[in-house]
Parts: sequence; structure tokens; C-alpha cells
Amino acid sequence: MQDAHEPAISVSNLVKRFGDFEAVKGVSFEVGAAEVFGFLGPNGAGKSTTINMLCTLLKPSSGQATVAGHDVVLERDDVRRNIGLVFQDPTLDGYLTAAQNLKLHAELYGVPNNLVAPRMEQVLRMVGLWDRKDGQVMMFSGGMRRRLEIARGLMHSPRVLFLDEPTIGLDPQTRRSIWTYIRELQEREEITIFMTTHYMDEAEWCDRIAIMDKGEIVALDSPQKLKAGVGADRVSIQTDDDEAAIEALRERFGIEARISEGAVTFGVEGGEQFVPRLFAEFDPSRNPGSPAIRGVSVSRPTLDDVFMSFTGSTIRDAEEDPAKHRNRVMMQMMGGGARR
Amino acid sequence: MTTVAQKPAEPYEVVRVQVPKRSLNSELRAIKIVWRRELIRFVNDRMRIVTSLVQPFLFLFVLGGGLQQLASAGTHGVDLKTFIYPGILCMTVMFTAMFSAASIVWDREFGFLREMMVAPVRRSSIVIGKCLGGATVAAFQGVIVLAIAGLVHVPYSVGLILGALGLQLLLAFAITAFGLAVAIRIKQMQSFMGVMQMIVMPMYFISGAMFPAQGLPTWLTVLNRVDPLAYAVDPMRRLVFSHLNISPIARHVLDPGLSWWGWQMPALLEAAVVLVLGLGLLVVAIWEFSRTE
Repeated sequence: MQDAHEPAISVSNLVKRFGDFEAVKGVSFEVGAAEVFGFLGPNGAGKSTTINMLCTLLKPSSGQATVAGHDVVLERDDVRRNIGLVFQDPTLDGYLTAAQNLKLHAELYGVPNNLVAPRMEQVLRMVGLWDRKDGQVMMFSGGMRRRLEIARGLMHSPRVLFLDEPTIGLDPQTRRSIWTYIRELQEREEITIFMTTHYMDEAEWCDRIAIMDKGEIVALDSPQKLKAGVGADRVSIQTDDDEAAIEALRERFGIEARISEGAVTFGVEGGEQFVPRLFAEFDPSRNPGSPAIRGVSVSRPTLDDVFMSFTGSTIRDAEEDPAKHRNRVMMQMMGGGARR
Repeated sequence: MTTVAQKPAEPYEVVRVQVPKRSLNSELRAIKIVWRRELIRFVNDRMRIVTSLVQPFLFLFVLGGGLQQLASAGTHGVDLKTFIYPGILCMTVMFTAMFSAASIVWDREFGFLREMMVAPVRRSSIVIGKCLGGATVAAFQGVIVLAIAGLVHVPYSVGLILGALGLQLLLAFAITAFGLAVAIRIKQMQSFMGVMQMIVMPMYFISGAMFPAQGLPTWLTVLNRVDPLAYAVDPMRRLVFSHLNISPIARHVLDPGLSWWGWQMPALLEAAVVLVLGLGLLVVAIWEFSRTE
């Protein structure tokens, strides 16, 4: 048994290769007991591969990891008894009722008989499904199923709960309510929660986040500190000639801008004060041939900007198919040309 | 912070669970719950109970009744339906057992298989539970067909019913094990059904369920003797015929038994062949299941 100060998860130099492709390139980190820890990154960054190694579903190519004090390779069973899993894809039996699904889980995990019923009541109440316990899962909505999966993952009182994209495909309201359950759960059960997401706004709910890109952890800290680290405000402008605007920004202000989500985007100190200077410089009467600005927005740094500052693109850009991206740029160029 | 969708947390008490170390007891619990799941699903799925009875009844009453006119000379006064009844008892069990095995392909498609794969129990417990579940469900289906024995002039007797039930359980177990060994390798339902049709239908026809396994062309005799199903059909027929009151000549023609170079195999040995095959296939299924990630 471990004491409270020992980390719930400890990973060093974990590597996973699939043939020639290195999906996870030697990551190291620790997650403290009763912490909510988020893994953030675009699809294909290696989040799921890492989580699968920690859950003993995949064997690491090299490196070491312990979960709840047990080695994920050498003490697979001990790890499994101490973790709860909620997968990205549903794994409920739709033909069974909610209670039958939980009962099945309890039996598979060897929950003592006298505790099955009270524990079931607790976890079902916790996710607000107690009154639906005898409903067939087939009839449940997506959000209800996800909540039931979370409840099931908790049936055997795991020390660490792994959630792989727990809110994917759910509407914003349901996503928020799931997060409320997760936070409450963490307080009541003193459980460590390790989760992956690619929704930036959700990462704000975590105590600490690790940003993963192309198989590596590029940043790891609390969301507040990460945002503070970016410092500058984020300005994005819509112009009728993005390339010329980027060129002009570089020449006149020494600012490196890039196109992100269809707008020319850059970071600058004191964003609001910068806007009048920008318009002055881009005024066609002063600087003929300047690209016309059609819109400006200034925002405080968000996790999107943190992500961008570490990886050079926003998470949505990183997820886009390169071909699609190319098409969009082409269309913008053509559209811009026609308007002029 | 609060939105409409957010339910206020219901009051509840925190119940802590300490999961014990893996033991024989925990494996038995796992087997039991996997077995029970098969039963619950079967009982909930009334459509399946009905559909899996259509084929046996079609064979028995339509084919048996229809061909009776042509076959009356050869059956020496025995109703053709009575003759093929033992084969139908086997058939019911076979198809139901196959469907049970197919559920592992469903489980994979719907993700539930993963829930079982990550549990801290042996994979063999899951396979054994599935196999026993499939056998139980199939035998239950077999009871329904047993219940109509009177319609085809087969007497209801305790010895016959218990014996037939035992044979059905055995056959269902073997077929489920076989189905599982195949199903674990197959990722899609369509391909599984295709493969099973390709293997099971020929096996059924060759087994002698619909004709006496004697005086056949050589090639068919050879195939018949190597068909494992023949070793389940034959004892079933002997059991049923031992309870019929028919002429010796009809018995000789219709219930010749399986023989190897003139040596008549005892029914118990035939049943033992099915049992050994079933166990062997179970081992194969467990081995395959343990290998997959």
C-alpha cells in the first residue's frame, strides 16, 4: 500500500512504437494523489496511446510507468484492480439495464457481495441515474450512457479513474454537467483523475494539464500558470489580403503573424493600445496599397494560445487534414482576388 | 455556473469498496456472471427464441411431411417426421449455439468485449462462462422441441427426455466452443455468419441427420464418418429409436448406427467423441482469446 504523498501515477521515458512510427516519444511525468490531470492535444498526438499503456491495454516499447503504486507491465492485475476506465467508445451492454451493467462489472471485479447494492446506489445517485436503474441502456441518451460508464468505472472504488475523451460527441450542456460530476466525485472520493481531451475549454477544469504534440509533452503546468506564461494578448485581424497583411506586419511592426482559423493572428503586449497604431499604419491614404482590414478582435490569452505558443498551431488547425487546409487557403485567395 | 441540464447532486453516502486479490472464487464469480448475462439476454430477446425455432419446425413439418409421400416405401411404416426428429433435436441446438457464439462478435462490434477484456480476471473464465451460457441457452431451446415429441409419434418418457437433454447440452457446448474459436478471429458479423453457414450447413447435411448413414456412396460415407456432428446425431437417433415400437426391419434400415469397418461404435463412445472435441475446441478458444490484446 502507498501513502498519500506517493504519486498516483509516475511515468518515466515511456515510449511506444508501432513499426517504424514512434507514437509516444519518451514521456515522463507524475500525477499526485487526488489530482485532476488532463492530457491535451490534437487527435493523433499520442494521448490515447499513453493512456492505454497506463491502463495496461498496451505494452510500452520501453520506459516505465507505475499506477497506484504498481508497475503497469509487471503487476498488470494489481493495476487493473485499482483503476477505473471510461473509454472513448461506449462499452455498455445495451440489452441489459443500468443496474445489470453495474452488477456485471462488480462481479467481474470481485466487489464483495454485501457491498454491491450500497455501492451501486451510491454511484448511480452520484451521476443522477438512480431513478433510471432498471431502464434498458439501449434507450439511454448519449449523455446518460456516458454518466453510466463513469458510474460503472467507479463501482470498485478505484484509486485512479482514467477518462479517455469523456465528453466527446456530447452537447455543451451535457459536457458541462459531466464535468460537474467529475469535480464533485474527485472531492468526495479523493480519487485521482487522469483524462484526455481535445476541447481546450475543458482543460480549464483540470488542476494541471500536459500538452501533448506529436508524441511529446511540450508543456506541463496548471492552466493559470500556462496562460500567464504566454503573457501577450492575442490579436486577430480579417483582411482582404492575408499574405500582404502578414508581410506588412513584419515590415512595419516586426511582428510574426500567421494564419489561423481564417484570420491573421499574432500575439502582442497591450492589445487594445496596439489596435489604433495598426489602423494608422494600414491607412491607405498614408500607406497606399495596404490591405484593407475588415475586422479586428483582441483577446486575453487562452489555453488555445498556450497550445499555439508551444506547437505553432491551434488545436483545430493541427487536427485539420492538410489537403483541406490547402483548399481553404486556395479559396480564400480566389475569393479575395475577386472582391478587389 | 449552474445550467438547466445540471441536476443537483442527490444525497448519497460514500461506500468504499476494497477489491480482494484474484482467487479461484473471483474466477468462479466471473464465469457465473458471464453465464448469467447470456441467459438474461436470451430471455429478453423473445424474437430470437421464435426465429431460431422456425428452421427446425420447417424441416420437421414441411420437409418431413412433404417427403413422406415419396419415402413411405423406404421407411417401412415409420413416419418420416419420426425418423428425422432426432436430427431436428440436434439442429435446434446447433443453430442456437452458433448464435450464442456469434454474440462475441457483437460484443466486439459494440465495444462491450473491452469491458470484459480489461477486468482483472482470466480470459479463460470469460470464455468458459460464454461457452456454458451458450450451451444452457441452446439446451433450453432444445427443450421446446422436445416438448413436441408427441406430434411426431415419439413417446414421452423420463429416460428419453433426460438422455436427449444431456446429449443436447453436450452438443450445444461443443458447437459453442467451436463457434467461439471461430468468432474470436472474426471481426465482423457478416463474415462470421458467412463462415458459419459455409461450415455448419454442410456438416449438418453430411452428419446423417436427414438420412440413415449406411449404404451411401463411398465418398459420402467417408465424409460422414469424419463429420463430428455424426457422433452427436447417431446417439440421439439410437436413444429415440430405443423408445419406439417398430418392426426389426425398419429399425435395421433406419437406425443402422455408425460403424468403422464393420465395428459398431457404442453410443457412449460416440458421446465421448463429442465431449473430447468440445473440450479441445474450448482450449483452442481460450488460447486464441488469451492472445488477443
